[in-house]
Amino acid sequence: MNSSPQPRDERSTTPLLSLRGAAKAFGPVVALADGVVEILPGEIHALVGENGAGKSTLVKILAGLYNLDAGEFLVNEHPVVFRSVADSKAAGISVIYQEPTLFPDLTVAENIFIGRQPKNALGLINRSAMRKQARALFEQLGVRIDPDRLAEGLSIADQQIIEIAKAISLDASVLIMDEPTAALSGIEVERLFQVARALRTSGAGILFISHRFDEVFALCDRITVMRDGEYITTHETGSVTVEQIVREMVGRDIGALFPKVVADVGPNVLKVSGLSRAGVFADISFEVKAGEIVALAGLVGAGRTEVARAVFGIDPYDRGSVELHGARVKQNNPQAAIDAGMGFVPEDRRKQGLVMDLSVARNAALTLRNRLSRFGLINAATERRTAEDWTTRLQVKTGSQEYKVSTLSGGNQQKVVLAKWLATEPTFLIVDEPTRGIDVGTKSEVHRLLSDLAGRGIAILMISSELPEVLGMADRVLVMHEGRITAQLDRVDATAESIMHAATARLERSL
Amino acid sequence: MSNPPTELLPTATNRSGARTAVLPQAGGRIGLARILLSRDTVMIYALVVFVIFAALFIPRFASPVSTGFLLLDVIPALLIALPMTLVIITGEIDLSVASIAGLTSALMGVLWSAGLDIGPVLIISLLAGVLAGAFNGLLVAVLGLPSLAVTIGTLALFRGLALVVIGDNAVANFPPELTSFFTSKIGGTGIPTVMIGVAVVAVFFGVLLHFTPFGRGLFALGYSKEAATFVGIKVMRAKFWLYVASGSVSALAGIYWTLRYSSARSDNASGLELTVIAAVLLGGVSIFGGKGSIPGAIAGVLLIGTINFTLRLNRISDVVLIIVTGTLLIASVVAPSIIEGISKWRHTRRHRRQLPQASALGETRATASGVQERK
Amino acid sequence: MTLGTPTPEKTAVPNRHASSGLASILRLREVPVTLALILLVTVTYLANPLFLSQQGTKDLLLNATIVIILAVGQAMVIITRNVDLSIGSILGIVAFSTGTLFVAVPGIPIVLVFLAGMALGALLGTINGLLVTVAKVPSLVITLGTLYVYRGLNNAWAGGTQYFAGDRPSSFGALSVDTLAGFPLITLIAIVVVIIVAVFMASTRPGRDLYAIGSDPEAAKLFGIPVTRRVLLAFFSNGILAGLAGVLYASRFNSVGATTGTGLEFDIIAAAVVGGVAIFGGSGTVVGAAIGALLLTTITSALTAVRVDKFWQQAIVGLLILAAIIIDRVARIRTAKKLRLSEARDV
Repeated sequence: MNSSPQPRDERSTTPLLSLRGAAKAFGPVVALADGVVEILPGEIHALVGENGAGKSTLVKILAGLYNLDAGEFLVNEHPVVFRSVADSKAAGISVIYQEPTLFPDLTVAENIFIGRQPKNALGLINRSAMRKQARALFEQLGVRIDPDRLAEGLSIADQQIIEIAKAISLDASVLIMDEPTAALSGIEVERLFQVARALRTSGAGILFISHRFDEVFALCDRITVMRDGEYITTHETGSVTVEQIVREMVGRDIGALFPKVVADVGPNVLKVSGLSRAGVFADISFEVKAGEIVALAGLVGAGRTEVARAVFGIDPYDRGSVELHGARVKQNNPQAAIDAGMGFVPEDRRKQGLVMDLSVARNAALTLRNRLSRFGLINAATERRTAEDWTTRLQVKTGSQEYKVSTLSGGNQQKVVLAKWLATEPTFLIVDEPTRGIDVGTKSEVHRLLSDLAGRGIAILMISSELPEVLGMADRVLVMHEGRITAQLDRVDATAESIMHAATARLERSL
Repeated sequence: MSNPPTELLPTATNRSGARTAVLPQAGGRIGLARILLSRDTVMIYALVVFVIFAALFIPRFASPVSTGFLLLDVIPALLIALPMTLVIITGEIDLSVASIAGLTSALMGVLWSAGLDIGPVLIISLLAGVLAGAFNGLLVAVLGLPSLAVTIGTLALFRGLALVVIGDNAVANFPPELTSFFTSKIGGTGIPTVMIGVAVVAVFFGVLLHFTPFGRGLFALGYSKEAATFVGIKVMRAKFWLYVASGSVSALAGIYWTLRYSSARSDNASGLELTVIAAVLLGGVSIFGGKGSIPGAIAGVLLIGTINFTLRLNRISDVVLIIVTGTLLIASVVAPSIIEGISKWRHTRRHRRQLPQASALGETRATASGVQERK
Repeated sequence: MTLGTPTPEKTAVPNRHASSGLASILRLREVPVTLALILLVTVTYLANPLFLSQQGTKDLLLNATIVIILAVGQAMVIITRNVDLSIGSILGIVAFSTGTLFVAVPGIPIVLVFLAGMALGALLGTINGLLVTVAKVPSLVITLGTLYVYRGLNNAWAGGTQYFAGDRPSSFGALSVDTLAGFPLITLIAIVVVIIVAVFMASTRPGRDLYAIGSDPEAAKLFGIPVTRRVLLAFFSNGILAGLAGVLYASRFNSVGATTGTGLEFDIIAAAVVGGVAIFGGSGTVVGAAIGALLLTTITSALTAVRVDKFWQQAIVGLLILAAIIIDRVARIRTAKKLRLSEARDV
């Protein structure tokens, strides 16, 4: 089932890398309070934790992107201070991201060796040497990729392997893989694991960050759990269960933060039937009633945002229908959705939710631009007043309405997004990761607001990757996995375990 | 970057203050200051200053005759600058405008000398501009091809078609009533009668950009296509119609040019696209999209036109004008960039002093009390 | 599906994108333009064999030389995701300065004139590069401005003066007339230029860096590529080549004055785009740009040879540019679709 981790005494005990008591804050927002991680040579070490547990911050510290505010950082028992990514790479640490960045117009081999291509006697790039070295790297990893092929069009799985090859060619001793399997299919995951095991055999240390417990348990030797920016504990994989890990990740106090008032649920507002889009999601059917908060849970990459985008009309779909108040909504036409009464608070605040270079007022009034016009003309004064009205209602803290919205804090930016949608008086609101990247104060404000809106009869579809938020806020939970809905749970039945199991359902079943 | 990357901030912490302080940052000027000090208004000041200077110190400038000639010269650029402003605000560009004007002129010449009445001649020529604009719109807006490359192609194509249509010939015998109308003036003011039409077009585009939902949408679109889609802006449709407008107005400019000089040639308006773009950029329209105004663009065109005119009045060669235009353009885009760079550098230095451990890469936000969490 | 295979076997992921020799050659960006050139020449020759007579071929090559050199330089800049609109003005200034040198310093060695011209071009190109990299303003705007400034300087300097064939030493003019192995001397210079730059772009680290910068400027910076230095190098090289072209212009053509080189910029960009250099940077080769330049200049001669109205030339050039852009886009869409299909999950 899983290859047994090497017995303890055979492994060297000098950690390749060790981080203790790491802290990092951004102004009033504490990203990391107590980060601890230790990677031994020849081990694959898992780092698990909910969204916001501090994993990403920790990785960025290891990668040299952030400085530590406090704490101890040792590489091969020497304290280090990284001033840049280059320092981190020079120290032997490489990060493989979920979305690798390769140069699409260069070949695979060139991508690996960019800036350090092998030269021949004439001082020109020696392509056959480069090709040979690339092939040797791939052989070391146990894969076959054509080094002369352009990087453009390569699958994410191949791109990751190439990034790993690059890391090895840079003599990386520690490889950090950040959610590497989110976009991979079964076969590709298997290949990645073989590569990881080959690296382990050669003495490298791997930090494997993932939500997928079946993979963690199949691949990793030890598991470190984080929660709320703090280190919780480290286990040997063989001596712990999934349930234990989940419990440690999620913790106990969920209810306190979420002032969810159970609302009177009214008639059906949204009805999605058999929605399908080839290669993305299939047979999505669900309903949302007035006053309900329905959460859409699942792993990153399960297809939740894709479904929401299709419902709202940003993306097209192949089959099925979307009905609001019984009337069919035209597909692939956001304006039609808005006119019908839908609103969408998107996942990416900076690129989708707001126009960063426009003022707060302009952003808040953007959704109303048609409604605010008489005889086709907009009255700037009315525009400003309406914007001010809504931003005041939501208590957006800003020096002035005319300031660029990019100057606001994350929480206040999110409030502007909410303001602009609430101004349209929607009957159905989609919120995608509504409190991502927001400090705890504004977070509970947002939750209170959502609860309030539900209380007033608005139907809400909330996409969230944070179990506490889902459990605290939702009347019903829909769980998605690889493009399908695998469970529809009522509030009473929804627990961290039941959601997690539904979110990873298929992998478990096939093991 | 002033805000920490959003995906890193925690959602549950147990010791942070609930304060959500806002950075006292350069969010921009507000209210009246913002309007009075923005790039476009600065240009308007520059224009006013220069006109006053010229009126006072340059003989023969402040006369109805001069005003007349100046405006007549400037009209084609003025016309084309209007839709061009909107196109650039959406993040695209149209280099084929002068070629469309030339094509229109060539068509007019050929159709007129073939014996058609002037009415149909004008209508067909205008239609040609509309179609040319639609062609551009199809390639850029619908097919999503890069506008710089596409309009370089259509620049050549349309100019080439003008050559095919009229060849080396020039047609000059347009109805004298029409040509004299185009050079006629309103009463004794010296302002050409056609300026009324030009003013109408200017007001149309000005209102469209600054006072309609469509215009609001264009600004949003220029800054962020994605965010624009999310608020229901129909990106493809907007861009397509802007290119149609650009083609139509270019045709108007071509018609004007032909009738004003009473000459239809294939090389009419050659090189005008660069003048218009330079003027529009000078007038505060940002090449990146999202920023600009019609008054600013008009000021840019008038400024260059006025400088040109006064230089010629004094028999200073065009050379100086060309150098001045180029230098103004470069200065107008480099200066803000450098000023911004300096202020950002001073800003980070000031705040780095408060946080001795902040790295140059991970710029942390500093509040007035510089919160530092230590274990 | 099992996740734990005990021994690290070589997993050969079926590499659907394996390139066979012929297939990969056919997919080269330079293929469409080369085919178009071959087609054009063949058809014209069949219609009028005089097209490829000794004099005819010589004329073809002479016409193409200067455009080839300019297109090679411009390609370097475009590949880094920039553009240089001022090359026409640079060529004009250098051409006029060449004429001036010959008249002001009689007996000046021709080599010196070449060096002076190239140095002047390099200076002007570097100014462009500095403005672009330091001020971080798009090169379109900057070089539009320098197009005007350099042109103005040229006008101011030249005034109404013009230098004619008689003002230059006959040996200089002979460069454009004499041939070696059937190629005019200036064309040989152009060929050497193409080879040197092509080798640089394909086989040196700085050259490959240029592609990386155009392919993904942010990633390039992240990986430690010295972006500023490389972009400056591209503009510097473009300047030198424009200078070289300016000197050769003075040799080839019978008069240089204030208006020399006006309007060249779009033709050169067109040549590069037709030759497969993507306007967004990151791909295309200088060889392709050179072939594109050859194609565009050949069209005029071809049209005359086939007795088609030469007025069609510009329209055809326009159509070619549009065709090149569309072909490039279609190719990209097809690769993107293949990627999407290969990554789609089985829902």
